[in-house]
Amino acid sequence: MQPSADSCEACTPGMDVMRSGHTACPGCGQAISMRLVLRAIGAKAIVVTVPSCVSVIAGPFPYAVANVPYYHAAFEVAAASAAGISNALKIQEKQDIPVLAFAGDGGTFDIGLQSLSGAADRNEDFIYVCYDNEGYMNTGIQVSSATPTHAWTGTTPTGNTRRKKQIMEIMAAHRIPYAATASIGFPEDLMQKIQKARDIRGTRFIHLLSPCNTGWKIPENMAPKVSTLAVETNIFPLYEITDGLHYQINYMSKGLPVEEYLSVQGRYAHLTPEQIKSIQTETDRAWRDLKQKSGGQS
Amino acid sequence: MKQFITGNHSVAEAARRCRPGIVAAYPITPQTPIYEKLSEMEASGELGGIMMRMESEHSSMAACISASLTGARTFTATSSQGLALMHEMLHFASGARTAIVMACVNRTLALPWAFWSDQTDTLSQRDTGWMQIYVEHNQEALDSVIQAFRIAEQVLLPCMVVLEANFISHFMEPVDVPSQEDVDSFLPEVNLPRRFDIDNPSYVAGVVSQSQYRDFKQLSQEAMYVAQETAEKVDQEFGSFFGRSYGLVEAQDLADAELVLVTSATITSTARVALRQLREKDHKIGLVKIRLFRPFPTEHVRKLLDPVSKIAVIDRNISLGREGIFCAEVKAALCNSPVKKQIQGYLAGIGGTDVDVDLIQRIVLDALSRDAFLDRPIWMKEE
Repeated sequence: MQPSADSCEACTPGMDVMRSGHTACPGCGQAISMRLVLRAIGAKAIVVTVPSCVSVIAGPFPYAVANVPYYHAAFEVAAASAAGISNALKIQEKQDIPVLAFAGDGGTFDIGLQSLSGAADRNEDFIYVCYDNEGYMNTGIQVSSATPTHAWTGTTPTGNTRRKKQIMEIMAAHRIPYAATASIGFPEDLMQKIQKARDIRGTRFIHLLSPCNTGWKIPENMAPKVSTLAVETNIFPLYEITDGLHYQINYMSKGLPVEEYLSVQGRYAHLTPEQIKSIQTETDRAWRDLKQKSGGQS
Repeated sequence: MKQFITGNHSVAEAARRCRPGIVAAYPITPQTPIYEKLSEMEASGELGGIMMRMESEHSSMAACISASLTGARTFTATSSQGLALMHEMLHFASGARTAIVMACVNRTLALPWAFWSDQTDTLSQRDTGWMQIYVEHNQEALDSVIQAFRIAEQVLLPCMVVLEANFISHFMEPVDVPSQEDVDSFLPEVNLPRRFDIDNPSYVAGVVSQSQYRDFKQLSQEAMYVAQETAEKVDQEFGSFFGRSYGLVEAQDLADAELVLVTSATITSTARVALRQLREKDHKIGLVKIRLFRPFPTEHVRKLLDPVSKIAVIDRNISLGREGIFCAEVKAALCNSPVKKQIQGYLAGIGGTDVDVDLIQRIVLDALSRDAFLDRPIWMKEE
């Protein structure tokens, strides 16, 4: 399915919940993520964030960039905090108000994984958006378990030797009703997924690729472009998992060589031809695996 | 109605009668029976609210904080390692001015592993901005939970009700369990600020400057002063409504005392017997029980102990490298006292060891016969 702008009500201009004046870096992929997600969920939602660049984007007290009730929880408890709100809303008979947790890859893959797993196990009622910039960018670019193999960070100066943790598989294993990947390179698809998630009850998870220009060493006008290349090279395919079992690929990529994605990013500047080849091999394997899981459907 | 129940059961009966909207908990010995009892009450429909069965104490406290900020009455319970795991969120809970009530069952902190009464777990949390009430028996545990909700929701600061492992948590006593109607009359329906109002959105809580941070902390400290007045008033009102009150600090036989013994929690009950027996042998010893530890009732302690020149403090806890924590706090409270004092700290009951009548009498006789009081605490053990 090719996402279409016509079918997306939130894509209409003038629907922004996020106001101007955010304090992120110019061209920040994360600020774009936040703008699109909030536009899709609408102003009648409660947002939970944790320490990350989101707290920078939000602006310093008493300024507030997002026109929604907004709770800045502790690093590892986005999910538990969102669950506390959604249960309290239930006893106040206000369960129609969506609760959105917004955490980075560090707050999701690493320090927040226990809290997220607990909440997903209980099928707590919230949408969890993990904006994944593949490292601890707010503290100045350190490796996380979402950092891809071979990528440079401040704590992997010769390249990351670990593999990127498969967070979608982990979430699927909890059998949550809805999990989806999204990319700011495909904004309509992203917003449609947020709106689809809004109409489902239980734990809903969006894995959103969201480049950090500084950490990825790309020019400040490149975040959407690189996010598109991630999808088109199958590094980051767009798909959904329903009830942890049913996979559906949302976009059949052009299947471009991974080198087109890697070569535009300074964090991969040191790669050898062998390393690029091994990334290509692993990307092809994962794509075949995903196609098989989706029963060849797209 | 009188029931013969454990301290944990008393806490659960109190909590449910306070109609919490959210209980978020995680099992840990010796608190677990509170969690189980409230789960039974949820299953039978008696609880009314939602029981969140969490995956850790850290998440339990996180859920309580956000639920309290949403406007729900929230309750949880923990002990020892669980409380230590919560530490980060305890600062958060007071910083966000929530009104969470938590029952803390004192238990030794590892290492070494043990399961017995020791107050170091809760006293280690004294700087987190929580109110702390230390209780002497099961009835006081029940009554303090009800009082805690009234105080916490009035001043918007979270409150711990602290009961000791085994001696209170698992020992059975006759407890007067108030009716739901009476608790409803004493404790108004929850009316907390709803901080996540979609029609009037705001942040909890943005990043602040140095001076803003300082000013927030100053406001919290001022709230603690209000909390102390509120705690006293609520205890008095509880007394006129239910016929039982405890004060922030309780004094006994101070008028003619040649020495005053300062205690907290269950050691107080044993001390009452020990001092009665000593009085029969003409040793005139007074007793001060400290019930409210945070905010620390300095004026009350000053008023009672200012005229006294010899004081012995018993601690079932220790700040390693210093001394018993109640002793240190009493010394600090009395440092501007006009009467020169000798204050001796005794460590007794650490690790849940027995503090019987004989041991308390040995402490008193040691303090009476001692010319020089030591700056270091004296370890008291079974003979």
